[in-house]
Formats: sequence, structure tokens, C-alpha cells
Amino acid sequence: MTRQQILDLYFIDARHKLIDLAAFMDRVERAEGNEDFRMKAFREALEELSKNNREKARQVLLTFSDPTTKPIAKASVKGATGAWPEKTG
Amino acid sequence: MVSRVTDDYVRMATAGCQAICEPAFWAGFDRSSVHGFYDYFCQLTEHEPKRAAKFGLPHFCWLCINPKESEDLKLADDVLAIIPKFLNRPNVLGIGEIGLNKNSRNEMKVLEKHVDLAAKHDQLILVHTPHLEDKLKGTRLIVDLIKSDKRIKPERVIIDHVEEHTVKLVLDTGMWAGMTLYPESKCSPARAIDMVEVYGDQRIWMNSACDWGVSDPLAVPKTALEMQRRGHSAAAIDKLIYQNPLKFLSQCPKFKIQRPWQPT
Repeated sequence: MTRQQILDLYFIDARHKLIDLAAFMDRVERAEGNEDFRMKAFREALEELSKNNREKARQVLLTFSDPTTKPIAKASVKGATGAWPEKTG
Repeated sequence: MVSRVTDDYVRMATAGCQAICEPAFWAGFDRSSVHGFYDYFCQLTEHEPKRAAKFGLPHFCWLCINPKESEDLKLADDVLAIIPKFLNRPNVLGIGEIGLNKNSRNEMKVLEKHVDLAAKHDQLILVHTPHLEDKLKGTRLIVDLIKSDKRIKPERVIIDHVEEHTVKLVLDTGMWAGMTLYPESKCSPARAIDMVEVYGDQRIWMNSACDWGVSDPLAVPKTALEMQRRGHSAAAIDKLIYQNPLKFLSQCPKFKIQRPWQPT
């Protein structure tokens, strides 16, 4: 498909999702209290969207990923939170 | 599809689905003993094939203790001990979906035992990779563990739930990559097609998540429609949603299906 055809097919859907993201951030920022590690990773992931990189989806996923390589001692929970809690900097 | 209503079988048959391949997975709660798994394996190998057959759908399954219940090593050993009793049943394709959930040491031990079981009984392997932030690390640990067992042929292993950051890692090992489609939170039809366009259509397939969460048994046919909208040919769509799964699954001699409209 040409770039024009991709835009014709997906632009409205992507616009809708972008506005949903913006509204989510407004909602978080209106609320009382502090942000946690998830929002920190989220803001870092957003920066990937402005970079000149043709693997933006991959880079966003890497931003949220646990980068360590050793198994953890014990699984104390079953679920995932969507971002690596120990991410710093 | 133990977690789905019969209407889902009707919808899948109506949409052109040719067979169901159901992995053993978490029930949404931890089973209290090996007896719960014995009954579950009977359900997968006796009851579900009959339920699917009413709608002309051949039903196949995979057996294991899933990673979410692998932290309890005693329970895992008990379940691993009963699996061989079921492997000769006519709809069992292999061992799965094994893998990791939180990437713990015990999960790794149980994964290793499942891989050993598959090697000893010459079974195909279906692997679950962890979700969200745990996927990258878990996928690396899984492929390294499987690659280290030289009895396992990579082309007889499918690593499921790949996303943009793990698909190349899997394909580079010679194993198959599965893209699991979800209506929310994970891989969407559009992203799955993106990955095929970037990485090609060799050793890759899509599957519809049909579990206890929000999921859509028609995700694969809907993705086929999306491919059509993008201009993919009928042959390209058929390769991805039919020929590729057929090629992998036919490595198990018990997997035999026939498209009803094809002449014999």
C-alpha cells in the first residue's frame, strides 16, 4: 500500500486513539496524589513516538520491559502491571 | 474451549474455522490438587471434542501444567506424572502451553521438565510467553532453555504471543512464532499484519485468544478481513491463516483435517 492509502485506511482510527491517550493523561493529571512507575514509563514511551525511528512499536514495548536476564527467586503474584517497577532514571 | 459457550463453536464454524487447537491453560484460579488436572485433561480429550464435533469442528488439544501454577513444584511433578497417560489420545497434539509467567526459578524448573517430557515422548511443543513487562525477559529465557536441549528440533516448537520486540528473536532461532490476537491489551489484528509485512510469512501464524478474559474467537477471520482491506491476496491470506498452521501441526501424525468443500 502507498503511504496515502495507509493514511486513508488508518488515520481516523489513530486520531481517535491519540485523543483517548490525551484524555487519559488529562484524567491522571487532574486526579489527586502522586504518579507511580507506570506513568513514568508511559511518559518515556511517549518520547519514542517523536523520534525518527521506524521501529516505534518495538521501542515502546522495550521501554515497558524488564531488562534483566536472571530468573526471579519466587513468583509472588500472577499478574503483570504493564511496566517494570524497578525502572529508574 | 472449556472457557467458552457453545455459541462460540457455532460462530467459529460459521466463519469458516476448520479446526480448534486448545492449549491446557490456567482456569482463572489455582487447582488444589492433581485430581483437578486429571479431570481437566479428560475434559480436553473426551468432552470438548464431542462438543465441537456437533458443529463439524475437529478439536485438538495440548497438555501441561501451565506456568501460572508452576510455582508449586510438588503439584507440578504430580501433574507431569499423569500427562503420559493422555499423550496417546487421538486429539492430543503435544505439550503446551508451557513456558513462563513471572520468570521465576521454579517456573524455569517446570519448563525444563516439560521440555524433557516432550523430548522423551517425541511431542510437538507449544510455548506461552509472559505478558506485558515480563515478555521480553521471559522469551529470552525460554528460547535459551529450549535451544540448550539438543533433542528438540526448533521447527517442532511454536513460541506464542510474540509482539514487535520478540518476534525476530523467536524467528531467528528457527522456531515458529505465534501472534495471539486480543481485542484489548495485547496484539491487535493491524499490528499482527504489520509484523507479517516486516518479517515475512515463514514460520509464523495467528491465533484467536479464547480464554476467561475479554477475548474474541473470531479474531483470526477478522484479521483475514483486515488483510483483504490492505490488499493482501487470497493466497497470502490462506497461507497465513491456514497453510502455515497446517504445516506446523501436520508434524503431529494425529493432526488430520479436510476442508469440506474440497474434492477428495
